[in-house]
Amino acid sequence: MTEPRAATDPDPTAALDDVLAGEPAVWLAHCCAAAADPVVVRRAFPAMGRRLGRGPLRPDADPADVHAWTVDDAGRARLLRAAATGTSGQGRGGLLALLDQLYAHGDAAERRGVLRALDVLPLDEEGLPLLRDALRTNDVRLVAAAVGGRYAARVLPDADLDQAVLKCIFVGVPLAGVAALPARAGPQLARMVADFARERVAAGRSVPADVWLVLERHPGAVDAAELPRELHSPDPPRRGAAERFFAGRRASPAEEA
Amino acid sequence: MKLFDPHIHMTSRTTDDYERMYAAGVRAVCEPAFWLGQPRTSVGTFADYFDSLVGWERFRAAQFGIAHHCAISLNPKEANDPRLREVLDLLPHYLAKDGVVAVGEVGYDSMTAAEDEVFAAQLRLAIEEGLPVLVHTPHRDKPAGTRRTLDVVRESGIEPGRVLVDHLNELTTALVADSGCWMAFSVYPDTKMDERRTVALLREFGTERMLVNSAADWGRSDPLKTVRTAEAMRAAGFAEDAVERVFWDNPVAFYGQSGRLLLTGDAAEAAPDLTATFAGNSVLRGARPER
Repeated sequence: MTEPRAATDPDPTAALDDVLAGEPAVWLAHCCAAAADPVVVRRAFPAMGRRLGRGPLRPDADPADVHAWTVDDAGRARLLRAAATGTSGQGRGGLLALLDQLYAHGDAAERRGVLRALDVLPLDEEGLPLLRDALRTNDVRLVAAAVGGRYAARVLPDADLDQAVLKCIFVGVPLAGVAALPARAGPQLARMVADFARERVAAGRSVPADVWLVLERHPGAVDAAELPRELHSPDPPRRGAAERFFAGRRASPAEEA
Repeated sequence: MKLFDPHIHMTSRTTDDYERMYAAGVRAVCEPAFWLGQPRTSVGTFADYFDSLVGWERFRAAQFGIAHHCAISLNPKEANDPRLREVLDLLPHYLAKDGVVAVGEVGYDSMTAAEDEVFAAQLRLAIEEGLPVLVHTPHRDKPAGTRRTLDVVRESGIEPGRVLVDHLNELTTALVADSGCWMAFSVYPDTKMDERRTVALLREFGTERMLVNSAADWGRSDPLKTVRTAEAMRAAGFAEDAVERVFWDNPVAFYGQSGRLLLTGDAAEAAPDLTATFAGNSVLRGARPER
């Protein structure tokens, strides 16, 4: 998790040129050139994985990392950026209608492509409903794509961001890939995360170590949730869970940085 | 022997059917889009139906070791409802999806002008998307409907080898055999074709470009009619390679023209994890199995 993520690069689709050659590259260039026609985009969008591949965009990325962009993600983002340029004469309405349509009829990979593309599109807050829809699911691919980009970091209101981070902890999406963290981790989020940790520890269960990415910004929340007291619990499983929780602080990415 | 049922509406069937089909050797199916027994009234319900054909139903089949493909279309019966014409606008997106191996079922129900337009428009989409086409022939006035079907196919310019004409019988097979299109027979418990008559037509016309399906749906039908017809072929003295040609090689060759078959060989043999989920649901309805 020490590599800079694609989502925070200036152009996350640039790496496509390193991995695409021959027929797939020609096909994508052809689709992008014709992207002013929404039917071209709607046909190319579902076919992207078949045409370009579905592997990691960066060869050194872990294929199991839900935050890592895939080749088809980057292809979809590039296509939508071309569509945004092509439909600029019709105002933003044409682009928004296209995004809504692609998302509404998309499978998980297509929806992830729409969400990731938000980083490269000329949008204000119009993409927020799509982020909110993805964050209502329990699909880690969509949750990760909805919180991984700088667009989400820019437009998600605090209350949505707090709930999104809590959901990431709950479903197992690593917080290191949440673009808004740690910068936007506020006291309210720290309170929610600490309460979650307390609940887990009280049940004798483990807490993911990356919660410290939030808690290190507001250490007072750990005390307020009375987590240190759990270290002295007479119940051995509970005491053990507290010890593991505090041990995670030393191993957390925030501590290393 | 493994079988590929090239036309079956699994959305209307139960997990018992999937288990019995797998036990009898069925390893792959194609589910064409059709009407649901009761008319739909809006485009939105088609989008949900198409999503389930490329999503939940494929997942459900995989949970029972069966590779599920589908064909997407606005069916001829519902082509007559003006509220549904905009389904045609949804098609380019859905026809581009993985595992969509054909446009279908298209063709005629009552041979109206609306059916003419929708059939021709979908043949154009098939050519644009590079997909083969599954054509339904009407239950009523079948020979006339089959002749008109073949005329429209010819006018469209699609290659006959990319067209499968379904629900044939003693009166319509010869017409299609001469056209160069593929021929299919739907074997039902009491209507359309039965095993004995199908085998007689296979003996008369041979096994090239020939497919047999159960077309099992929400009506009285039997998803094992492919298996029963294969048995009837053997009993009638057909060699094993001829049986395999009809029930595996031919469907693979026809739908393989899409370049999108999802046959993974050994993967289908692996015991599926019944707790796996798709869009948040499992075939155990979210429950974990008792240990």
